[in-house]
Amino acid sequence: MKTLKELEEIRQKTLDRVNQRKDRTTTRIVVGMATCGIAAGARPVLLAVMEEVEKLGLTDVTVAQTGCIGLCKMEPIVEVFKPGEEKVTYVKMDADKARRIVAEHIRDGKVVDEYTMHVVQGKILNDYKAEKE
Amino acid sequence: MREISLHIMDIIENSITANATFIEVKIKENILDNLLIMKIKDNGKGIDSETLKNIKDPFVTSRTTRKVGLGLSLFEATCLRCNGYLDIKSELGVGTEVTAVMEYNNIDRPPLGKMEETIISALLNPGVDLVYEHYYNEKSFLLDTREVKKILGTEEINTPDILIWIKDYIKENLKEISGGAF
Repeated sequence: MKTLKELEEIRQKTLDRVNQRKDRTTTRIVVGMATCGIAAGARPVLLAVMEEVEKLGLTDVTVAQTGCIGLCKMEPIVEVFKPGEEKVTYVKMDADKARRIVAEHIRDGKVVDEYTMHVVQGKILNDYKAEKE
Repeated sequence: MREISLHIMDIIENSITANATFIEVKIKENILDNLLIMKIKDNGKGIDSETLKNIKDPFVTSRTTRKVGLGLSLFEATCLRCNGYLDIKSELGVGTEVTAVMEYNNIDRPPLGKMEETIISALLNPGVDLVYEHYYNEKSFLLDTREVKKILGTEEINTPDILIWIKDYIKENLKEISGGAF
């Protein structure tokens, strides 16, 4: 069984990273975690983001959570802030979509268009097909 | 909510929004007395007595995005459905304590769910210390993030590698105290 002593093993790694991070600009991935987000399934999304960031070994990424973004029917919502780039809002997320965003957008720098929020004739949609038509 | 741990997460989010820096989460699975007791206590800014009177009303909320706040109302509904109650005590400048009680074997009681995920979600917030105590009958498990920070030699434990380790640590220990019920 795991004991807290094992933490000592990842201690050095952690200290190295903390020092590294000081002089870097980081990408922020923010998950909406108000009642609306939680009920819609934000927690598995948050976990998937964390696990994928760890799996891909991305070090200059901060995962964070926020309250109600104000668009409850589109929850779970994930916002990506890359330094020097416009904010990207992903809506109606699930764990699989979240993992894809970490790999394709965060690591490879390619925004996953079909999950982003779209505004069509003043109405907010996330139907990528409808927008193309 | 499908799991009680999601309600608990919601209440912890309230604490964080109230600028809490220290949160205590206590779960008691008291099967012999047929009780599930949950306490979430914080040192946040507290709630004034006027607001506290109507706090469980879904149309009372401190959020600014809309006039409906369902967190406490939903949690209370689940408690009442399971022959229990939800109680909230608060003092301005001191903090807030939410107690939720349910009948353990009530057929309407949702599963407790993934407590480990709830705890690490809360730990993503920098500047929050958390003590998590979980009892299963007479056996118990305790996690104190101040201890984790001391071992790691850093205040910064809100990174994926550490949080995922903590998640597995909690999960294994809950399994241990409950004899595999998790």
